[in-house]
Amino acid sequence: MAVTSVDHVGLDTYKFGFHDDIKPVYTSPKGLSEAVVREISRQKDEPAWMLDFRLESLRQFERKPMPTWGADLSRIDFDDIHYYIRPQDRQARSWDDVPDDIKSTFDKLGIPQAERKFLAGVGAQYDSEVVYHSIREDLEKQGVVFLDMDSGLREHEDLVRQHFGTIIPNGDNKFAALNSAVWSGGSFVYVPAGVSVDIPLQAYFRINTQNMGQFERTLIIVEPGAYVHYVEGCTAPVYASDALHSAVVEIIVKEGARCRYTTIQNWSSDVFNLVTKRAVAYRDATMEWVDGNLGSKVTMKYPAVYLMEPGAHGEVLSIAFAGSGQHQDAGAKMVHAAPDTSSLITSKSISRNGGRTAYRGYVQVLPEAERCRANVECDALLIDDRSRSDTYPYMDIEESNVTIQHEATVSKVSDQQVYYLMSRGLTEEQAMALVISGFIEPIVKELPMEYAVEMNRLIELQMEGSIG
Amino acid sequence: MSATNGQMSAANGQPTLSIRGLHVAVGDVEILRGLDLDVPCGEVHALMGPNGSGKSTLANALMGHPDYEVTAGSVHFKGQAVLDLETDERARLGLFLAFQYPAEIPGVRVASFLRMALNARRSEEISVMAFRRLLLDKMKMLKMAPRFAERYLNEGFSGGEKKRNEILQLAVLQPDLAILDETDSGLDIDALRIVADGVNTLRASNLGVLVITHYQRLLNYIVPDRVHVLIDGRVVESGGKELVHRLEAEGYERYEDAVSRQEA
Repeated sequence: MAVTSVDHVGLDTYKFGFHDDIKPVYTSPKGLSEAVVREISRQKDEPAWMLDFRLESLRQFERKPMPTWGADLSRIDFDDIHYYIRPQDRQARSWDDVPDDIKSTFDKLGIPQAERKFLAGVGAQYDSEVVYHSIREDLEKQGVVFLDMDSGLREHEDLVRQHFGTIIPNGDNKFAALNSAVWSGGSFVYVPAGVSVDIPLQAYFRINTQNMGQFERTLIIVEPGAYVHYVEGCTAPVYASDALHSAVVEIIVKEGARCRYTTIQNWSSDVFNLVTKRAVAYRDATMEWVDGNLGSKVTMKYPAVYLMEPGAHGEVLSIAFAGSGQHQDAGAKMVHAAPDTSSLITSKSISRNGGRTAYRGYVQVLPEAERCRANVECDALLIDDRSRSDTYPYMDIEESNVTIQHEATVSKVSDQQVYYLMSRGLTEEQAMALVISGFIEPIVKELPMEYAVEMNRLIELQMEGSIG
Repeated sequence: MSATNGQMSAANGQPTLSIRGLHVAVGDVEILRGLDLDVPCGEVHALMGPNGSGKSTLANALMGHPDYEVTAGSVHFKGQAVLDLETDERARLGLFLAFQYPAEIPGVRVASFLRMALNARRSEEISVMAFRRLLLDKMKMLKMAPRFAERYLNEGFSGGEKKRNEILQLAVLQPDLAILDETDSGLDIDALRIVADGVNTLRASNLGVLVITHYQRLLNYIVPDRVHVLIDGRVVESGGKELVHRLEAEGYERYEDAVSRQEA
């Protein structure tokens, strides 16, 4: 295999500096093979057990059929994808290559220049490094670990080995298997017992890593009584030149702990976004997924919580926004494996301009999981007659002494609402955007302030030019 | 655009609103059939009529509701022909409609909506603090609790709260002409008084008002300068405030008989 330089591959070379003169150092050939997987592991200088895990995952991937439910995935060509591009090579793309619509959205959102390059995959987020440094010192004193996954594996191998792939086994589904074989980047978070991390940990601020890689892998361990809020992504569009994004996120929330994981996904409109996210919650623990899906061509994502012991609580709050040519197939999965567990799924979807959304949810109550409570509420808003929304609420209840509620609504923005708001001086677009922002308000108010503001701004942008 | 430019036309006594020969249809049914009406700046005019006479049709046609089709006639507001303008353009020009049945907008707080609406008619955005002061001031005038501003627009409001909220918007946005469409319906006597006091306060600042109502009740508190009787899509009589009492005593039958005789 042609490799120009592999001597110091690893974190140290994950520089975000954008230099036109850097030539690609290593790009795996297109397509997936054992050789490619071995090369990835070798470049990262991984322990043997991780290479074995990757190779076993590759075999799982090859055996697993493509999912035939959900969105149409037939256009994915696994032979036409680079499975590993070293991060500095990603940045060898030029700012000129970034599509104009993405640049103009950056403008409208007021994203600073340095951040634009970062989000477009062509530069570093210099300013944030400073912020991150001070955050990290504070966290380190408390024993909190917040690293990219590759560094996590190097510096905390025992912890990683103990938990990696235990929540989402490599054979869980075809895309989890793919991720397990070729993963790179992502976050490793460890919060010691009793530590409450009082600021959200934002992948966005993390130093020296390509956190928005194609196959990133995140593992979060929250010890008893601890709390952490992890925020992934950003509301600005993320430009990917590759057509497939397939992440795996595993979270372990131990007794009495609480974890919230917030994602705002805004991939560019040609990306297949197929992500597996799963958490286990033990006694009296709480796991909350807050999940916003705006971009991509196709998204299939169903954050799951396995409620393993009494008192565990799981929540999924999700928003999906589908415009022209987009299919957002999103939802949640709750497994009540113990008595006295509770779950809440709140899903809001918006379809416009021929876009398609689906809520796909699965609530399972295992035998003897008595006195469980599960609540599902999914609301769909259609902006026009060309758009579509579907609801697939699966329930598998094997215990009779439980309380299960399910409510689903489909509504349209009413002419009366738009007329009323216009009679106060708002333009038709502003009126539509306001009705939509009201529709998703129950979820937006759960976001950190800056994300909530950007989210509303983004909805306005989505509506611009959509009338008449 | 300044919210107070109605004062210019007040100075020379020109009508703020001038309607000539207005015909309006809803679907195939013609509801307004040649309506003429002038409302000068700073005056309060009452438009009274029985159910089905076209009162709410006039309100919605003036505001530009897409379901109300103007088939003939003209409407000038502050000297400008407005029938070709969109609803929001009319609003920004200074026209306001207090709705009989305001729409509910879940998830949108009264305060944030009103700030957006106020900014829509200003060249420069009002600061958050200045807006806060303005809003609290107007809410106090209408005897509304401050937490009302944090509720979702019209969602779960009682009939009276909705009406009061409409008048709050009127007070904050300060248009040049306000159409009050059956604002008295659903109000108890205390709320009616508060709403009327609010309108009277605004009236002092040169607001033109067109009060649309079936009954005398509201007009006991908002005393009109002129009264117009609307029967079957036309103004059949105009007069001073004494007309209100005559209508209350005699009802609309006299006019309706006259109209049906005419048409027979």
